[in-house]
Amino acid sequence: MTEITSSAAPPLPATAEKLKFYGLWVTAAVALLLLPKIFGSGGSLTTFSLIGISIIFSLSYNILLGQTGMLSFGHAVYYGLGGFLVIHAINIIGVNKLPIPLPIVPLIGGLTGLLFAVLLGWVSTQRSGTAFAMISLGVAELIASSALILRTFFGGEAGISANRTKLLRMFDWNFGPQIQIYYLVAAWTLIAVIAMYALTRTPLGRMCNAVRDNPERVQFVGYDPHVVRYFAFCFAGFFAGIAGALAAINFEIANSAYLGAVQSGTVLFATYIGGVGFFIGPIVGAIFVTLLSLGLSDLTPVWQLYFGLIFIAVVVFAPGGITGLLMMHRPLLKAGTLAKVLPSYLIAFVPTLAMIAGLILSIETIVHYTVNPGDDSHIKAFGVSFDAASPYIWAMAAILLIGGFLVARKTWTWVGHAWDTATSVAREKGIAA
Amino acid sequence: MLELTVISTLNGVLFGMLLFLMASGLTVIFSMLGVLNFAHASFYMLGAFFGFQISRWFGFWPALVIAPLLAGAIGAGVERFGLRRVHKNGHVAELLFTFGLAFVIEEIVQIIWGKSPVDFRVPPSLDFSAFTIFSTNYPAYKMFMLLVSIAIFAGLLIVLKKTRIGLIVQAALTHPHMVGHLGHNVGRIFMLVFGVGTALAAVAGVIAGPALVTQANMAGLLGPILFVVVVVGGLGSLPGAFVASLLIGLVQTFAVSMNGSLSGAFGPLGPDYASTWLADIWGVTIAQIAPIMPYVLLVLILVFRPMGLLGTRDT
Repeated sequence: MTEITSSAAPPLPATAEKLKFYGLWVTAAVALLLLPKIFGSGGSLTTFSLIGISIIFSLSYNILLGQTGMLSFGHAVYYGLGGFLVIHAINIIGVNKLPIPLPIVPLIGGLTGLLFAVLLGWVSTQRSGTAFAMISLGVAELIASSALILRTFFGGEAGISANRTKLLRMFDWNFGPQIQIYYLVAAWTLIAVIAMYALTRTPLGRMCNAVRDNPERVQFVGYDPHVVRYFAFCFAGFFAGIAGALAAINFEIANSAYLGAVQSGTVLFATYIGGVGFFIGPIVGAIFVTLLSLGLSDLTPVWQLYFGLIFIAVVVFAPGGITGLLMMHRPLLKAGTLAKVLPSYLIAFVPTLAMIAGLILSIETIVHYTVNPGDDSHIKAFGVSFDAASPYIWAMAAILLIGGFLVARKTWTWVGHAWDTATSVAREKGIAA
Repeated sequence: MLELTVISTLNGVLFGMLLFLMASGLTVIFSMLGVLNFAHASFYMLGAFFGFQISRWFGFWPALVIAPLLAGAIGAGVERFGLRRVHKNGHVAELLFTFGLAFVIEEIVQIIWGKSPVDFRVPPSLDFSAFTIFSTNYPAYKMFMLLVSIAIFAGLLIVLKKTRIGLIVQAALTHPHMVGHLGHNVGRIFMLVFGVGTALAAVAGVIAGPALVTQANMAGLLGPILFVVVVVGGLGSLPGAFVASLLIGLVQTFAVSMNGSLSGAFGPLGPDYASTWLADIWGVTIAQIAPIMPYVLLVLILVFRPMGLLGTRDT
């Protein structure tokens, strides 16, 4: 018996590894503390807060998609309901002068998310795969449409608002200034990230992975996949509720858009673009997508189109997301064969960039002619000015697009060859690819 | 009351047949490729907008033929160059691909035709009332829509039941791998089925465009209802999709024409509750909750019959 346990259980980590592990979390905490010292402007503090909220939301979504293999199109329901309940809670606490400070209010949102996940989850998680995706969509539409009918509670189109500064003060903070909200969001983000990471290390977290990979086998072992999915769903709802609560506190308003399909789509985009295969993936995705949506909207009026195209490109070419792409290179780095691939990357990037530039140029030109045809044809997109009416620009767009595509296709096969040789060398050295 | 019943039944059957035009394509695509095409409603929207544009240039009748062909060609291209590449990454990736596609199509439609509704009118040759029933004029265009849907439904039935192609498609519904083993070019069948399925959705778009509102959000409004139809009917079941389409069409149409509410049935609430959220539930009419009826039906079906009305296969 002891032999079995000793061979089944992983060896206790060495002190150095432990130090590395805890050092990582401490570094993250210190970085969160110091961030406002470096970027202190109001705009960047708001951005950081949004990123923090998005990180919690995306990680909670990844409990479903990445850990348990459930593709949900309605995760914003729990986010939104958490937000609404928190706004109501702040109003009630403020009126009745209850001794509850703002920092623990997000817990109310989390519990709301949990409650609704407990209620709706049992039906939703009965089936997995495509059926679950459709059911989550239907349930989300049901809740979102009901929110517009129950006007007193959800405030109709306008939503409901609250004043976060009227609550019991803690350390003389009233949470009016953005910096205090930043620290609140940062603290909750750290707590939630640690909790969700810990969740992946529990037996439940492991069973979730098993249900994702082979539900039939899980049944043989004696677990009910439905129950495991249900638990995962409840945890995801809880953390989504916390994210929604923080968003509601940040904006001091909750409206029906919180619950809607757009919000559900955004979290799906963020999680998938970041990468569902690794715990850190959704964090990367949340940062990337938040910055992208804030940055792109300044650069071009049709940023959502680019957003969708990026998502499709990730689905088609990099199903592992950004982190998946980066992690692919780890065995090569270990084997020291990364240098074999890099030159072919450099070669491939030139025509690929040319193709993307051609695509952007064509899109912006077409947008000019369809959206505002009467305007001056000298338009500016991505910080570059050009004349959309000039045939030279059209020719350049066409050449870049078609020429870039033809050359890029060729160069990416070279990348493939270089990749194959590099991985086979790595495999010979005994490093699993 | 009788008038209401007759008119609502007509409208409900009409809406149900339109839903089935889309749901049939969606079901066949799902059964063969194993992927639920999230962008199916987007092809319905593309059909409506292509129909609008072509009917402006050449008239309504050419549009009725060209727009579905165009949308079907785009659909076939999507399968050939998009879905087939993603296939190796599994069903989740395929579903996400179509999800992204739906997002992009909506953006493109917004860029080209704008966000506000376009002026897609009933062709003059059909702009008269077909018959008068209990003092209500029933527009001929609606009868035309009904006829087109029934004609396509009958055509589909004949093709599926009486031809060799239909035989292969039917076989692929239940045993997709076996069809491949028997030496059929599964890739080409998939592309064809995807193209025909999206073309059917586009037909629904062209004929529904003038009667409903042709707007960039029409796919987002109809898409979820379409998925409800497919899940309620049972994923992959064509008869199930038919029953569910009619059921949801009728339920929604009847709900819209009813004005009852709890306060109408039991009298108004006491003044103590007048400003609470209970008043919302008490005062809401059946017509107001018509949009959520399909989703309520979905939840009920899931509780009592998780595999759908006529579904047998678990995904």
